[in-house]
Amino acid sequence: MSDNKTAGKAQEFKALSSKDKMRKVSDLLLNNAMYIIIVLAVIYISIEEPAFRKLPSIINVISLTAAKLPIALGIAGCIVLTGTDISAGRVVGLTACISASLLTTVFKVFPEMTSAPPILVVFLMVLAVGAVVGFVNGFSVAKFKLHPFIVTLSTQLIVYGLILIYLKNGTNNGQTLSGLSDGYRALVTGTLFTIQGVAVPRYVLYAVILTVIMWIIWNKTTFGKNMFAVGSNEEAANVSGVNVSRTIIMVFMLAGVMYAITGFLDGARIASANANTGLNYECDAIAACVIGGVSFVGGIGRISGIVVGVLLLQIIFAGLNFLSVDANMLYVIKGLIILIACAIDMRKYLVRK
Amino acid sequence: MENQEKKDVLLKMEGICKSFPGVKALDNVSLTVRAGTVHALMGENGAGKSTLMKCLFGVYSKDSGHIYLEGKEINFKTSKEALENGVAMVHQELNQALKRNVMDNMWLGRFPKISKWCPLTSESKMYAATKAVFDELEVQVDPKTVMSRMPVSQRQMVEIAKAVSFHSKVIVFDEPTSSLTEEEVEHLFRIINMLRDRGCGIIYISHKMEEILRISDDVTIMRDGQWVATRPAKELTMNEIIRLMVGRELTNRYPEKDNVVGEPLLEVKGLTAAYSALRDVSFVAKKGEVLGIAGLDGSGRTELLENIFGIATRKEGEIYLEGKRVMNRNARESLANRFAMLTEERRATGIFGIRDIQANTTISSLRRYKVGPFLSNKKLSEATEWGIRSMRTKTPSQRTQIRSLSGGNQQKVILARWLLTEPEVLLLDEPTRGIDVGAKYEIYQLILNLAKEGKTVLMVSSEMPELLGVCDRILVMSGGRLAGEVDARNTTQEEIMTLAAKYV
Repeated sequence: MSDNKTAGKAQEFKALSSKDKMRKVSDLLLNNAMYIIIVLAVIYISIEEPAFRKLPSIINVISLTAAKLPIALGIAGCIVLTGTDISAGRVVGLTACISASLLTTVFKVFPEMTSAPPILVVFLMVLAVGAVVGFVNGFSVAKFKLHPFIVTLSTQLIVYGLILIYLKNGTNNGQTLSGLSDGYRALVTGTLFTIQGVAVPRYVLYAVILTVIMWIIWNKTTFGKNMFAVGSNEEAANVSGVNVSRTIIMVFMLAGVMYAITGFLDGARIASANANTGLNYECDAIAACVIGGVSFVGGIGRISGIVVGVLLLQIIFAGLNFLSVDANMLYVIKGLIILIACAIDMRKYLVRK
Repeated sequence: MENQEKKDVLLKMEGICKSFPGVKALDNVSLTVRAGTVHALMGENGAGKSTLMKCLFGVYSKDSGHIYLEGKEINFKTSKEALENGVAMVHQELNQALKRNVMDNMWLGRFPKISKWCPLTSESKMYAATKAVFDELEVQVDPKTVMSRMPVSQRQMVEIAKAVSFHSKVIVFDEPTSSLTEEEVEHLFRIINMLRDRGCGIIYISHKMEEILRISDDVTIMRDGQWVATRPAKELTMNEIIRLMVGRELTNRYPEKDNVVGEPLLEVKGLTAAYSALRDVSFVAKKGEVLGIAGLDGSGRTELLENIFGIATRKEGEIYLEGKRVMNRNARESLANRFAMLTEERRATGIFGIRDIQANTTISSLRRYKVGPFLSNKKLSEATEWGIRSMRTKTPSQRTQIRSLSGGNQQKVILARWLLTEPEVLLLDEPTRGIDVGAKYEIYQLILNLAKEGKTVLMVSSEMPELLGVCDRILVMSGGRLAGEVDARNTTQEEIMTLAAKYV
């Protein structure tokens, strides 16, 4: 089937004039420029720093990808709706702080507590927190018809304020939360299995599970199909009998839940949490989505693309680390990546004249 | 021919060719427009009319061929350059800055300055100049009105006035009457005749043959990117044009009405809209009936359908389906009550452009394709396949983006979407707008087949022959009210027009 297709395409290609051929080739190169740049970068770094392609480094990249994947999976839904969510990083911060303050041995935020509540209770609590922020975002977008940018800009500030207030509670006085309970740390960073002595942490498995769940939601449910419909033409979706408001609210709530999961995992992964936990996570997540083909045009995106996007971004960051590129320079590079990726993406949907 | 006045050739396009990857859009097309004449350009959608015009205006660069304006070869690179050289176009889809006012739009890109020494824009000069053009054209519009507050017809008048203000020698009208009422069409024709008498050359693109035969001097017909014929309009008949356009005889423009009207199904009582002019509309529609809704633009036809379907807010009124009251507060509720609605603005409220045929077909009936909590790919593609087959949609595959299909095929996909919800009442708002003749016939056939299955079809249309050809009864709206009802079998266009003007 696919062989036939490629054969057909090859024949079609042969039939084109040389001018058209050149154009096809340059189109192909441009549309995949991001991947090409990344592949070239990887090759270059592997040659410069052979340790980059050794197992510990690979496992490191995979672990980082797993850690950043949930937030990207959440934010992708908002982008499919032609929106965005810049409150994502702060929600990660808040939920990481809540998790770290409760699943600890030192209870600075709540001095009257003597033992940690069950992990499941805390997990469900942070999910609820994420869902509430998501609901506020989604409700404002759906019912007040505000642009998601302005809505999440506001909630981002609100959530940041809440984090700072929360960290002032008890005897903590705004300090970094650490001394996490062993159970919490083991659940998240415990060893899933080891390859040649290199441990793969458990949260890699969680990321895989979340990816599968999100794939099912996006592709196999009415909610998923409705989300894409609303993203590509809200008015038409309304006329077609889609509950547009509910769909928007659910997308943002689902996103909030994914940020909460990211926060819960991140607290234990980093083994501490403070007011800056999760800062700018949304940038990486949005960049990953755009690289992975989730378009700001709306109504377009695939889970596999998001996974690839996050992976590629982490490879680049890890590689730049290997080359000991200045950390400040990383921001410049990240910004450029988002800009170029968006430009390349937009190019695909422009109508040729 | 001998006694016909020999007029100067104003615009001459010769041997124009244009290819897009995989398609030859224009193949050696020629067009000659004489000064002081209206030259109609006809052809089915996709025949290449728009492409030819885009080559003239430099939107596309032609592959070969020559264009002469008053004997001088020209090759415009932008539509601005064309405008400045006296070639203007009144677009079918208006590209206007809707948030700005009329005069801002008129002088956009060439705002008059207060003086050479004071390079600020002069509002008073703009106002006076705009007013002058409007007076000349008998357009009653305040130049300070914000565009978005005006109906499409007036916005179009502004576009025409803009073309006139450039002292254009050649003016292209692309489907100018598709959103105009009869009265506005008359006004437009007066303007066109005026421009013709001044010696302008008019290129008139339209699907409406009655208009073409009335207004034009010459007719050029295109088919599949090729020139077919250029003849004086006097020598042509409607059937002849159709034959040239489609390349075959269309014996019937409308399929045979063989539906049987049955028991009453839908009853609407005292329907009044909260935010539009619709007032106190009551009627009964029967099973197996095609009920037409005629009226001028803005007479409340669209609003009537929108209020029945619940996508506009009702103030008062009741809707009964088989004697049982239905609320239809929003599209979801209407859908559950077996109503379906094809909206007027296909691109804005119909299609999901970047999504594929399957997504576009199944969106309204997703719950039918569930196996357990999840959607079944097999069921989705079966439903889509049914839609493509029963509508005879021309598409390479289910995975094709809907926006790459022609208007008629897009319309078929949306029809399939609604049929999959198994509706009893279909509300169709201008179902054949912007669709070529062949596809129109197929849509008529589909509508009549639905009626034959016992469904009730309410159909709004601006084309009266279409209503007469397809419907059983016709409701005539006027000024937001129901002006009357006629039997399509024994009424005339004159009778409908009289009713339509009742409350204006």
